[in-house]
Amino acid sequence: MEHFKVRRSGTLAKRSQRTMLGFLVRRILATIPVLAMVALFVFFMLRLTPGDPAAILAGDNGEPHQIEAIREALGLNEPILTQLTIWLGNILQGDLGESFFFNKKVTELIAMRVDATLSLAIVTLIITLAVAIPLGVLAAYRHGSWVDRLVMGFSVLGFSVPIFVLGYFLIFIFSVKLNWFPVQGFKSISDGFWPFLHHLILPSLTLSVIYIALIARMTRASVIEVLNEDYIRTAYAKGLSNMVVLMRHALHNAAVPIVTITGIGVALLIGGVVVTESVYNIPGLGRLTVDAVLGRDYPTIQALILVFSCVYVVINLLIDLSYTLLDPRIRY
Amino acid sequence: MQPVLKIDNLSVQLPKGADRQHALEYVSFEVHPGEILCLVGESGSGKSVTGLSVMGLLPKGQLTPVSGQILLQDENLLEASDERLRDLRCTGMSMIFQEPMTALNPVMRCGDQIDEVLRTHIRLAPKERTQRILRIMEEVRLPEPKRLINTYPHQLSGGQRQRIMIAMALVLEPVLLIADEPTTALDVTTQASILQLIRDIQRDHQTGVLFITHDFGVVAEIADRVAVMQWGKVVEFGEAKQVLSNPQHAYTRMLIGSVPSMTPSQRERDASAQVVLNTSGLSKTYSERAFFRSTRTVHAVQKVDLEVRRGETLGIVGESGSGKTTVARCIARLTDPSSGEIFLDGKEIGRLRTGQLRPYRRRIQIIFQDPYRSLNPRRVVGDSIIEGATNYGLPRDKALERARSLMELVQLDPNVLDRFPHQFSGGQRQRICIARALTMEPEVLIADEAVSALDVSVQAQVLKLLDDVRKHFNLALLFITHDLRVAAQICDTMAVMSQSKVVEYGLTRDVFTNPQHEYTQSLLNAAPGKGWDFGAFLAP
Repeated sequence: MEHFKVRRSGTLAKRSQRTMLGFLVRRILATIPVLAMVALFVFFMLRLTPGDPAAILAGDNGEPHQIEAIREALGLNEPILTQLTIWLGNILQGDLGESFFFNKKVTELIAMRVDATLSLAIVTLIITLAVAIPLGVLAAYRHGSWVDRLVMGFSVLGFSVPIFVLGYFLIFIFSVKLNWFPVQGFKSISDGFWPFLHHLILPSLTLSVIYIALIARMTRASVIEVLNEDYIRTAYAKGLSNMVVLMRHALHNAAVPIVTITGIGVALLIGGVVVTESVYNIPGLGRLTVDAVLGRDYPTIQALILVFSCVYVVINLLIDLSYTLLDPRIRY
Repeated sequence: MQPVLKIDNLSVQLPKGADRQHALEYVSFEVHPGEILCLVGESGSGKSVTGLSVMGLLPKGQLTPVSGQILLQDENLLEASDERLRDLRCTGMSMIFQEPMTALNPVMRCGDQIDEVLRTHIRLAPKERTQRILRIMEEVRLPEPKRLINTYPHQLSGGQRQRIMIAMALVLEPVLLIADEPTTALDVTTQASILQLIRDIQRDHQTGVLFITHDFGVVAEIADRVAVMQWGKVVEFGEAKQVLSNPQHAYTRMLIGSVPSMTPSQRERDASAQVVLNTSGLSKTYSERAFFRSTRTVHAVQKVDLEVRRGETLGIVGESGSGKTTVARCIARLTDPSSGEIFLDGKEIGRLRTGQLRPYRRRIQIIFQDPYRSLNPRRVVGDSIIEGATNYGLPRDKALERARSLMELVQLDPNVLDRFPHQFSGGQRQRICIARALTMEPEVLIADEAVSALDVSVQAQVLKLLDDVRKHFNLALLFITHDLRVAAQICDTMAVMSQSKVVEYGLTRDVFTNPQHEYTQSLLNAAPGKGWDFGAFLAP
């Protein structure tokens, strides 16, 4: 008299496909109000902050009438609501506006710079995952031993050292003293893979340290918890080796929190990029942001923040979707 | 005949600071091919440690074998290398565990989990491996193996998961199977079919089985020979029939004597006493609404009519998922019923709002199953006990006074009120939970599987305490259990629940001697060791 309550796998698959699609549609629809809020917020915040783009453009010796002319030309004399309507109208047509500073379309400006930032982010992510996850698993497996304490100690250090300090320190050691890597600059991947990587290693390493610390910690905690589960004992009872138990059984079950924190890390990377790009003089979106803010380049700042928030939203969506791949019990 | 497993003077050391020096002391026994040896004992007796020692799975650095030998077909496992032990697992010796819900990897398909055993230990073409998996799944009587091979554990029932575990353990036909409480977490009817399965397979393959259990009912069903363990020592060893009918050691006698009888006890019942609590058409429906999809509804409880009189015990008996706990939660208003009425002393309380409900909350108290998790670990037990009463306006010193007298009533030292829950044993914690419920001076006490997590000897004491408390305060007791033996001893009337409905309701005596509903009959039939009346040999 056992109750067999297995659902037909066919209908199960179909149903999960349908709900998955529904989930996607809902999530994408939900991003619209989020992005609209961000747009409005940024627009008004910028206009409330002190500083006049026209004055900055006119330079230190600008005459009042020159400044006035610039204002007129940039449309800054229009009532604020008119400025808003024009801007929003343009966005809906896919036009992010023209930079006050660089005399270019903002979209072009971003397209020129995205290459460097994307490269930096990807190389950083690869270094981070390649180092942090094995380190975390190792610390969890040798829980309480000197290996564990070493990893945790490193992790505290990684959290506490500011990016710019670490950046200059690494430059001093590896570029100035040892002369292994260039001090600054960026080479596009189209200039060849080695020069590209050669320029990126130090910045990526600098940027990845804090994420290695974060993700190694998370991996350790998550794997330690999983190692206490009954199915780990089952796996050992099957005669599997430590490596297989750790990698196939423990890590997979510990994956959901690790992926979550990695996703958040990627989103936070944008902040880190700003500092790292300044330290290493990389012409990326981070530098562009700094320049745009210093110049009160409203259209560029607005566009950059919109782009960043889109990235946030997409990453979050990807994290949520990855859960269903990692854990069959999670269905939307 | 050569034994498949011979344990000879095995001692295992506990880490420093434990309550005793050795987890196992000079344990010796043999398991022969085609035999089921039951290792019986209460928690902490060392029976699981014995099983794990054989498998070489003792937690490193905490439990260390210090003397003796474990011979698996003449090979001393204590001297084997880690690699050799890995090779032997699942090929020479296999182990299945208690919790089928957690013993399988939740993110791996069932077929892959069996396949992993094959891939690790033998070389076979993928097609042959699949054939072999399907064959073993059929042998453990899983329905539709071709489909189940692709399911994840959470899509299967508890019984099916345990069958997957057994398939995994036996696919390479080991000579020894260690089963550590494999049916304890299962419903009684599922338990019966799994026990049958283990017995059949073991007979067909002449596997030696070391079966670890705390349940003498299971021992009576399945054992050829029995080893009784207490504090890491084997205190009694012999043929199952011999040990069960004529136990020699005092501990064995006490253990067997504590098993509640299936024959309902003679209980005096005042059928004219006032009805304290009754329900009429009580139902609970859970529904999950969402955009873009149809609403799902689950009927947890359907149209339940119950009645408890003052000083009377009503048992609600059923398997997991039958809705018995939901009934209790509705009556205690921990969950709001979807429809139907609950009357406390004639006053309808099922629909009262939070504020209006407050005076009635005090009058219905509940004790939960797991005493390890139902007390706040960061508060001293005294605070946990008096919290309810002070919340209803009793001054703290008065409440403490009441707590002290209740501690005496539940046979605990009143001076331990300032200790934390982890300083007590399971049975003591359950007594504390009872004291906590009683400080509220309730009229109805609900015990939701309140003795299920306890060892059999402790269970007997707590059951007696509950019955004494009922008499002392003239309480109406609502006793929820899956255990028919317990129900037979403590309930005046009982309701049998199955699939969210009450299928049989009457005097306990009548339900046991003359069950009307098919489900009740199957439940009584499935009870392990039903042919044995364990208490019978004890001098009155």
